[in-house]
Amino acid sequence: MRTIILVLAKRLLLVLPVVWAVVTLVFLLIHIVPGDPVRNALGENATEAQVLELKHRLGLDLPLSQQYINYWRGVLEGDLGVSLVNPSDRVLEKILARYPATIELALAGLVVAIMISIPLGVTAGTNQGKLIDNIASVVALLGISTPGFVLGPLMVYLFAIKLDLLPVSGRYGPEYLILPAVTLGAALSAILTRMVRSSVIEELNEDYVRTARAKGLSERQVIYKHVLKNGLIPVVTVIGLQFGVLLAGAIITEVIFSWPGLGRLTIDAINSRDYPMVQGCILMIALSYIIANLMTDFAYRLLDPRIKVE
Amino acid sequence: MNRLGKLGLVIITIFFLAAIFAPQIAPYDPIRQEQFTGDHPTEERLKPTRGHPLGLDDLGRDVLSRVIYGARISMQVGVMVVMISAIIGMILGAVSGYYGGWVDRFFSGFLFNVFLAFPSILLAIAMVAFLGPSIRNLILALSVIGWVGYARLMRGQVLKVREYDFVTAARALGAGHARILFRHILPNAIQPLIVQASLGMAGAVLSEASLSFLGLGVQPPTPSWGMMLNDARSYLRVAPHLLIFPGLAVMLTVLAFNFVGDGLREWLDPKQKRQL
Repeated sequence: MRTIILVLAKRLLLVLPVVWAVVTLVFLLIHIVPGDPVRNALGENATEAQVLELKHRLGLDLPLSQQYINYWRGVLEGDLGVSLVNPSDRVLEKILARYPATIELALAGLVVAIMISIPLGVTAGTNQGKLIDNIASVVALLGISTPGFVLGPLMVYLFAIKLDLLPVSGRYGPEYLILPAVTLGAALSAILTRMVRSSVIEELNEDYVRTARAKGLSERQVIYKHVLKNGLIPVVTVIGLQFGVLLAGAIITEVIFSWPGLGRLTIDAINSRDYPMVQGCILMIALSYIIANLMTDFAYRLLDPRIKVE
Repeated sequence: MNRLGKLGLVIITIFFLAAIFAPQIAPYDPIRQEQFTGDHPTEERLKPTRGHPLGLDDLGRDVLSRVIYGARISMQVGVMVVMISAIIGMILGAVSGYYGGWVDRFFSGFLFNVFLAFPSILLAIAMVAFLGPSIRNLILALSVIGWVGYARLMRGQVLKVREYDFVTAARALGAGHARILFRHILPNAIQPLIVQASLGMAGAVLSEASLSFLGLGVQPPTPSWGMMLNDARSYLRVAPHLLIFPGLAVMLTVLAFNFVGDGLREWLDPKQKRQL
């Protein structure tokens, strides 16, 4: 147990420089804006005095090193500044208000992906080379090549407009989650299907499968009790790593379905040149991604006893 | 190469030809607007006809011509991004793998991880959001997220190849670092990079379309597939064809580059057959 904690602590320590770099990059973003970011946000009609006043309030008139120190202090104290467009809005509050909707969407996308990929991947893997396997491969390839911004509107047209089964957009009840979740999860389910398939094929060649069959287990028991247990370990890793990707992919899905999450907040902030808000959103998504990856790493070590703790 | 790979090559060739010869092939000017009488675009008016086989968009522009011109942006961005990120990635990966030690610890232990710490599309969105949307910034942003893949591959290959006897022999004969890297190691490490470049084209085309869809790519009136898809959403009820055709173009291109990537992988290294 103590060694496990040591390993985890070491892993955490390795993440710190990455977190430092991410915060620094996000801090620098506002300084790569061509021209004056405050003037850009206020528009042509703002007076020089207004620009200077807002700059002062945001601390953008300080030397860069001082701004950097202030930014770090803010991040550590949970203060990501105020909106440029509407200075009474605190960035972190806005983000936290939107965060649950994005997590909900990403989790739902993950559930969709798992529900599609495991049965499909197992079926393909146990029927290697047969017709059903080829069909699954084609479906998976189509899934990988169909971007959300094609699949999403296509499903809106079919299920919301033509068949009138599901709502077009918004977030007012469980039925509103279905189309966005499928849109977000489709690409991932394609990737996972391929993984589950090759994992199943690999495990089926192992000795323990022959043992299980020899002692008279049904094929179903062999697959679901033995093969899947081992075969899913690498899949769990990918699921964890992809959860962070889903958080970023949610940006496009949220725009398509007017889903009131972090992604829409990001895009709205970009369109109104609300730079501190954009910085906050990017930082939040990137940190969530790092945390998701870290947790995957831990889960992986705990799940698979074969991975030796050095 | 396998059959799907060949099919992919054919599709890619068609799109490249369409991109190069767009002014000759496109039946109309992609920006010219057909004059409508009345103010609302109706289903009747926009749907595909003999004169406009893929129909008109909401502003009365020919969709076929816009899809053809859209190939220009996709291919241009794709080629530029793959070239820039491959060159940067190969140099950094080679240096990291060849010198080892603290250089390697800095590059592969830190720098690569920082860029992998962002979901790639997020970093691209962030950069374009702050630099301002334009095709140049789009290429820049996608190259910044693209190079890491090449760098890691190159590093791995260099680590493997530099232990071979012919490298030791070259060193013993007095070859310098640059000569060993470029004359001896690079040609032996290039195969997986070619596969990566093909898959990278698929990724770049997809990312370009994503960013243009979000309004962060090419600016109107220049036609791009992503932007056409975004415009199409407002007219789903009356003109679903506005979604179908640019959508098919993106899908076919991405699919084709993936086919070629997979095909090349098998062709270049038959041992490593990818299990589809």
